[in-house]
Amino acid sequence: MKHLRLFAAILAGLLISAPVLAQQSGGTLKKIKDSNTIALGHRESSIPFSYYDDKQQVVGYSQELMQKVVDAVKAELKLANLQVKLTPVTSQNRIPLVQNGTVDIECGSTTNNTERQKQVAFSNTIFVIGTRLLVKQGSGIKDFADLAGKNVVTTAGTTSERLIRKMNEDKKLGMNIISAKDHGESFLTLETGRAVAFMMDDALLAGEMAKARRPADWLIVGQPQSREAYGCMLRRDDAPFKKLVDAALTRAMSSGEAERIYKKWFMSPIPPKGLNLNFPISEDVAKTFKNPNDKAFD
Amino acid sequence: MGYHWNWGIFLAQVPSGGTSYLGWMLSGLMTTLALSLSAWIIALVIGSAMGVLRTVPNRWLSGIGALYVELFRNIPLLVQLFIWYFVLPELLPERLGNAYKEINPLLQQFTAAMICLGLFTGARVCEQVRSGIDSLPRGQRLAGLALGLSGPQTYRYVLLPMAFRIIVPPLTSEFLNIFKNSAVASTIGLLELAAQGRQLVDYTAQPYESFIAVTLTFMLLNALIMSLMHRLEARVRVPGQGGHHG
Repeated sequence: MKHLRLFAAILAGLLISAPVLAQQSGGTLKKIKDSNTIALGHRESSIPFSYYDDKQQVVGYSQELMQKVVDAVKAELKLANLQVKLTPVTSQNRIPLVQNGTVDIECGSTTNNTERQKQVAFSNTIFVIGTRLLVKQGSGIKDFADLAGKNVVTTAGTTSERLIRKMNEDKKLGMNIISAKDHGESFLTLETGRAVAFMMDDALLAGEMAKARRPADWLIVGQPQSREAYGCMLRRDDAPFKKLVDAALTRAMSSGEAERIYKKWFMSPIPPKGLNLNFPISEDVAKTFKNPNDKAFD
Repeated sequence: MGYHWNWGIFLAQVPSGGTSYLGWMLSGLMTTLALSLSAWIIALVIGSAMGVLRTVPNRWLSGIGALYVELFRNIPLLVQLFIWYFVLPELLPERLGNAYKEINPLLQQFTAAMICLGLFTGARVCEQVRSGIDSLPRGQRLAGLALGLSGPQTYRYVLLPMAFRIIVPPLTSEFLNIFKNSAVASTIGLLELAAQGRQLVDYTAQPYESFIAVTLTFMLLNALIMSLMHRLEARVRVPGQGGHHG
């Protein structure tokens, strides 16, 4: 009986805490101005978007674009000494951390989709990926149809996981799908032969491939199953901040700055090991740079 | 700004169809139960055997027990799981390793997690059993032997029936722990309760509903186990041996 009372107390606590999450006022710009601090969310190992280099500095394509946003905030609020607070986020906690104000903006490898738009807002698209397969050279797997009855790995919590599960149901392919905890573990699963293919965002596959002991052993194949737009995450219903962020990104895109940053992270050697992803700019990314927008693909 | 609560999400259909999110949670709960209970059987069997070994008057045999405890109690559970799942198949002869890696991944994950959790908890059960036996007055063992019972018979008829009744409360904690520890299996991709909760977050972007549901399920499960174990404890209590009141 005493347990029951304990449950009731905890449940009540949880429900009372709900409105606390909901209240916040004045918008992000006011919060930044009042505290003279902008809180940035970043990833730890989303190569080459947002990750730690060998000096434990946060670097990457998305990180540099986020820096453009910080510069714009500094100029707008006339805060020359604006403090920057960096918080590492994971794919599980990034949405709550944006909502509860721990981070004001997160630029990493977050897909802008309609479900997430119910919880957070997204900036203009900063990257577009296609979901494809990483396979071993000479494995004979050329496309998704070749996966019937095989073991396939993908990373838990990604759109690829959903797509491949759905494809398995719809087309009765009889695949065994392994959901690994992160991209590194997915690649390990592929490398050790537990799975014949690793389905993921093509840019991230290129990152894993570049990290491999022998990059030439691996191949990215298959018709892209979806296209996804990466955007920076912001709190919802905060038009002034979103406008500022979008303007900063648009400026970087139309001035050619974004393309320079792209080449730096995707077409030249990057830390920590001086690898070159050799991932040329796709048609979709080029289109986004030409016409900056915040549209999701689904 | 703020959070968009939606408790109805549990009744929504999952994108691949065929079930609701609640169905996912229930299947996760089933996996958690199956994993924890099967690992608990391994833990009890191995733990009891090793616990007995630790108390026998033979240096080699008690050494085996001590080695087992040191090995499995001192390595973090997560590391052990990765060794069972990722490293061991690579150490097997190549043909055997490949054959193992080709079986259904779900079965691979389940067996790795079950063995890992069973042996890890077994080391802890072993220490409980040992301390239970050691807590008995020395005279009991001597009396058993003086009656003409052999060593194994002394354990079977005199020492163990007492020791097991004494260690019911600490065993209850281990039993609760195994359910909570089973959540580490999500790190190798086994879709148990915690993993289903995380999956629900990924699919619906409703983290609070999902984590609250997982938390409450674990708490309810553990409260249920606790009340069952209390009942067991009351029934097997050694008369006159104090024990737990409540």
